Amino acid sequence: MRISPKHSQRIAVTVMWAIAGLTLAVLAFIISYILWHGLRHITWTFLTEPPQSMGREGGVLPMIVGTLWVTGLAVLIAAPVGIAAAIYLTEYTREGRMTAIIRFGADCLAGIPSIIFGLFGFVFFVITLGMGFSILSGALTLALMVLPTIIRTSEEAIRAVPKSYRDVSFGLGSTRWQMVTWVVLRSALPGICTGVVLSIGRSISETAAVMLTAGSAMGFPHSIFESSRTLSLHFYILSREGISMSNAYATASVLILSILGINLFAYWLMRRFVAKAV
Amino acid sequence: MTQVLDIDQIETTGGEGPKVLVRGFGAAFGGNEVLRGINLQIRPRERLAIIGPASSGKTTFLRSLNRLNDLEHSFSHSGRILLDGQDIQGSDMDVAELRRRVGMVYAVPIPLPWSIYDNIAYGPRLAGIRDRYHLDEIVESSLKGAILWDEVKDRLRTLATNLSGGQQQRLCLARVLALEPELLLLDEPCSGLDPISTAKIEDAMLELKRKYSIVLVTNNTKQAARASDRTAFFFMGQLVECGPTRQVFTNPANQRTSDYITGHFG
Repeated sequence: MRISPKHSQRIAVTVMWAIAGLTLAVLAFIISYILWHGLRHITWTFLTEPPQSMGREGGVLPMIVGTLWVTGLAVLIAAPVGIAAAIYLTEYTREGRMTAIIRFGADCLAGIPSIIFGLFGFVFFVITLGMGFSILSGALTLALMVLPTIIRTSEEAIRAVPKSYRDVSFGLGSTRWQMVTWVVLRSALPGICTGVVLSIGRSISETAAVMLTAGSAMGFPHSIFESSRTLSLHFYILSREGISMSNAYATASVLILSILGINLFAYWLMRRFVAKAV
Repeated sequence: MTQVLDIDQIETTGGEGPKVLVRGFGAAFGGNEVLRGINLQIRPRERLAIIGPASSGKTTFLRSLNRLNDLEHSFSHSGRILLDGQDIQGSDMDVAELRRRVGMVYAVPIPLPWSIYDNIAYGPRLAGIRDRYHLDEIVESSLKGAILWDEVKDRLRTLATNLSGGQQQRLCLARVLALEPELLLLDEPCSGLDPISTAKIEDAMLELKRKYSIVLVTNNTKQAARASDRTAFFFMGQLVECGPTRQVFTNPANQRTSDYITGHFG
């Protein structure tokens, strides 16, 4: 029996709608489940006090600070390196074996499980370089982890700048560097920012890699050479060791809300990017 | 095919040397030869039209004059191009400086996605001009030179990409004029434009000719006939004929020129 084109069209649309709906439903369920269990435990004290008795009581302020430090430092290290690599790959080399190898390397790096990064960070930064469990070790490890994302998204954004703009710029007597900074980066900036924001999200949510490098000290970090526990790791420990499920959910809620905020910001940037390109 | 020399020689320019002297110039992309044995001169303050069928090497020739072809890795060349007697491929030639002296307008108008003002001021800013007042002056005179000032003077801060096609092309002309080039290269600047915009560009060219040498590549033989002083006919990578426009169009020396102009091919 043959299905008429009209029917097959209808069936295809229905199936795709169902799949899209299912994806959204799962996301909505996870978020609402966690917020349902967590939001009611979030109080002003929870956000502004240090934890007491292993996190059973008190708040998560040191974890918020630690998360900001680790994530901020990681992105501050990875963004300039990644963007520079992307500029080099797109503007300063000819497509060839070398660029293919670099790109392949970046893709492989992106596929490595985070626990492996954690192990590498532990062996290299924590032990060999003697940085110990510290914000710096964690940030360096996370920087390596998000580097491929920043390189590839920046590369895409730079590649999306029309070749004709480069011709115009050269034609008006610019050097290559002037062309890159005045024309290419200016046009690619929203796309590059999107990649950076997405890697902020990835850094915030990372658990395994920071556990092995930044450590899990609960105190308030006073410098980047001290150990600090991030929000995601705090959540993991609270729930894994059954210390306090309500505080675990509250921590997860803080985490989810901040990632949600960051992703919305990324989408807003992307929308602006698209609107500008048209 | 024999090499064809530029028929009229230097004495007719009234003592002044040629602006550009091209000697035995050849160009290739990879193994693909695009231009061969080009001998040609461009005089001060003249409008030279280059006509010829598609893929005859016109655009490659034009892009050789400001070394824009160098951006293609597969590009190679032979022969020499002298600008005011100086070899543009020479090691003492600053490429950025050369491109400021030899301005180019492309077939498709390409405004950068900035304001009208920033588009015009881009070239001067690259060259290091920062003074606000000076830039204002350059923007105004350039837009006037391209006959666009009256249409945009009240909205210099709006996006250049919102202009109409004809206005965008005049903006691109103004952007080049802001560099005060000595030689102006126009690569089919009117190919996508309506007759009124075309007329405005041609008017601008007539005015600009007082100061600059202009090379106009065009697929429109009628435009070459009405908007140039001399015409060069390119065919399959070679210069077939070059002479005063009136002569090329009424009494061409070569049969192929005649065939092309009368529309037998191309």
